[in-house]
Amino acid sequence: MNQDTSGKEFAPWNDASEKPLITFKNVTKKFGEFVAISDLNLDIYAREFFALLGPSGCGKTTLMRMLAGFEAPTSGVIELAGQDIAAIPPNKREVNMMFQSYALFPHLNIWDNIAFGLRREKMPKDQMEARVEEMLRLTKMEKFARRKPHQVSGGQRQRVALARSLAKAPKLLLLDEPLGALDAKLRQDTQFELMDIQESTGTTFVIVTHDQEEAMTVASRVAVMDHGKLVQVDTPDVIYETPNSVYVADFIGDVNIIEGTAEANGDSVALTWTEGQPALIGSANQPIAKGASAAMAIRPEKIAISSEKPTDRTNVLQGKVLDIAYLGNISTYHVQLDNGTVIKAQIANTRRIARRNFTWEDPVWLSWTDTAGIVLAV
Amino acid sequence: MKLRRLTLIGIPYFWLLALFLIPFGIVLKISLSDIALAIPPYTPTLDISGGWQAVRDFLSELDFENFEFLTTDDLYWKAYLSSLKIAAISTLLALLLGFPMAYGMAKAREDWRPTLMMLVILPFWTSFLIRVYAWVGILSTEGYLNQFLMGIGIIGDPLVILNTSTAVYIGIVYTYLPFMILPIYATLERLDESLIEAAEDLGCSRISAFWLVTVPLSKYGVIAGCFLVFIPVIGEFVIPALLGGSKTLMIGKVLWEEFFSNRDWPVASAVAIILLLVLIFPIVLFQRNEQKQREAEQ
Ligand SMILES: Nc1ncnc2c1ncn2[C@@H]1O[C@H](COP(=O)(O)OP(=O)(O)OP(=O)(O)O)[C@@H](O)[C@H]1O
Ligand SMILES: [Mg+2]
Repeated sequence: MNQDTSGKEFAPWNDASEKPLITFKNVTKKFGEFVAISDLNLDIYAREFFALLGPSGCGKTTLMRMLAGFEAPTSGVIELAGQDIAAIPPNKREVNMMFQSYALFPHLNIWDNIAFGLRREKMPKDQMEARVEEMLRLTKMEKFARRKPHQVSGGQRQRVALARSLAKAPKLLLLDEPLGALDAKLRQDTQFELMDIQESTGTTFVIVTHDQEEAMTVASRVAVMDHGKLVQVDTPDVIYETPNSVYVADFIGDVNIIEGTAEANGDSVALTWTEGQPALIGSANQPIAKGASAAMAIRPEKIAISSEKPTDRTNVLQGKVLDIAYLGNISTYHVQLDNGTVIKAQIANTRRIARRNFTWEDPVWLSWTDTAGIVLAV
Repeated sequence: MKLRRLTLIGIPYFWLLALFLIPFGIVLKISLSDIALAIPPYTPTLDISGGWQAVRDFLSELDFENFEFLTTDDLYWKAYLSSLKIAAISTLLALLLGFPMAYGMAKAREDWRPTLMMLVILPFWTSFLIRVYAWVGILSTEGYLNQFLMGIGIIGDPLVILNTSTAVYIGIVYTYLPFMILPIYATLERLDESLIEAAEDLGCSRISAFWLVTVPLSKYGVIAGCFLVFIPVIGEFVIPALLGGSKTLMIGKVLWEEFFSNRDWPVASAVAIILLLVLIFPIVLFQRNEQKQREAEQ
């Protein structure tokens, strides 16, 4: 995904000479007194696959609706290709949106729903038919073309909504939770289809998703939102490996958060967190003042679990197995430390269950390296 | 248990039998009788004490003479046609007036809607007859409308509106407008705003989104409203009688005159039976529309 055809890394956000396709400048959106989007600045570049992630009600749909033209910012400017779009009505924007509620026309069958936008731009009949058929094939809805939206299942409706927004091949596509109702297999297939479309057409995608794995798979960059603000905007690997806050670390993926007090210690930061235990060592992206309260975010898969005390790792803790969650390819061990804290550690299941090393109540050692954990200010 | 079910099912059937089928049977029978100077003013009457023979005599005297008579005098078919025409034009006028009102109500702020709704229903709290009489006061040559128009100097001589078909249309549209507004409002209010947004997103202007989404999705409400106006207006009697004078021909008025002025119950009954046949067609269509709407909403 992060590679374009020339093999050069696709990272226009690092290139000062690149002009963003979309720019939010100090955009605030209020509904009455309620602030849905608060002084937001954001650049999205052409050909990006930009994912918006955040808890329910944080303003993702509102952001999309402002791009599509259904809401006007209370203050601030949104630019599309350098042009303020405030005055351009939705039908004149080269933007198509897939609605979270699908908004399929109940009086039209699925074929006509998909053709709706093409008809408006007076596309020649044979060209339009070919396009609709292509969209039907893409979303595996060929068999249902003559049905009305209320005669197909929820997941099928979602696919029709997706097909309808893709049909016009706009410059900018806004997808509000496009795959939420699909089963895992179909979702994965569609994700790859979307990435293919993105690659072959160069369309810019902005996608809302509640599924962070999906965001990781498809996105060139991920924005994590909270209460109408952007908390972090970065590539998926940066977001995952070096979150800039406990909020982001906690929101993306599984994580252990260990709270304590920071002690400066050269390149890395030591965190004293409980009586009678050695300080934990981790890396920090931002300087943290000595004595400030801080937290270490450590991913479960970075924690090793062993029956003997390891000697080659910086952070070593002892505990006993409280619970084991078998997830197929991996198992998550919930290990309780002496002071009661529960730490999650993940191990790939390369062996059959019957032959695994640890079971409930076993005393175990947890360990991780000095760069595995991120120390964050709280 | 079984008795309760029978009672439950029985009540509506009893209602239908007592208030529709029996009266209909009586009217049908009268329409097949002959006029007579008697009480009741037709013959034959059935005397069951005469036994089987009496019933046969009775049946042999029934005939279709009255229906044949209706075809000989062009007053009747003209009255039917005129009623249909007035009903059709009034329905159209009510639609043209009612749709924008319903649309405005549906687009109004949510906390205003109950008030607007009440304003539409409010006239029903006064007697229908009084409201039609009020129009006499408004539309007559010395009425409020003419006084007002002459007062502000738009016209010199009073307009003659009362006792013309214009007055009938005003009266009918005024009276039946709520029946047009309410079903249309019901469909428009349920219309999902995001559908309009989706249409605009896909390249529709406001106006074409209205024609391509709002109008087709309010179809059932429009059809229901049209029938709710059209069907009762065909048989309307009070409004043309009070506002239309002698010039406006409507079948309801003809019916009334046959019954009360001519005391020709058999011909009046025949007129009523034909009216019913005329109405069955739109009523069936109306029912089918309701059914389709339910299916579409399921
Ligand atoms: N028309 C509106 N009037 C008032 N408040 C609104 C309106 N639209 C959205 N909001 C509020 O703005 C906030 C952001 O809404 P938004 O729909 O953008 O959330 P979201 O991030 O898309 O959530 P979800 O993941 O549940 O879809 C919410 O608290 C919501 O209640
Ligand atoms: Mg949303």
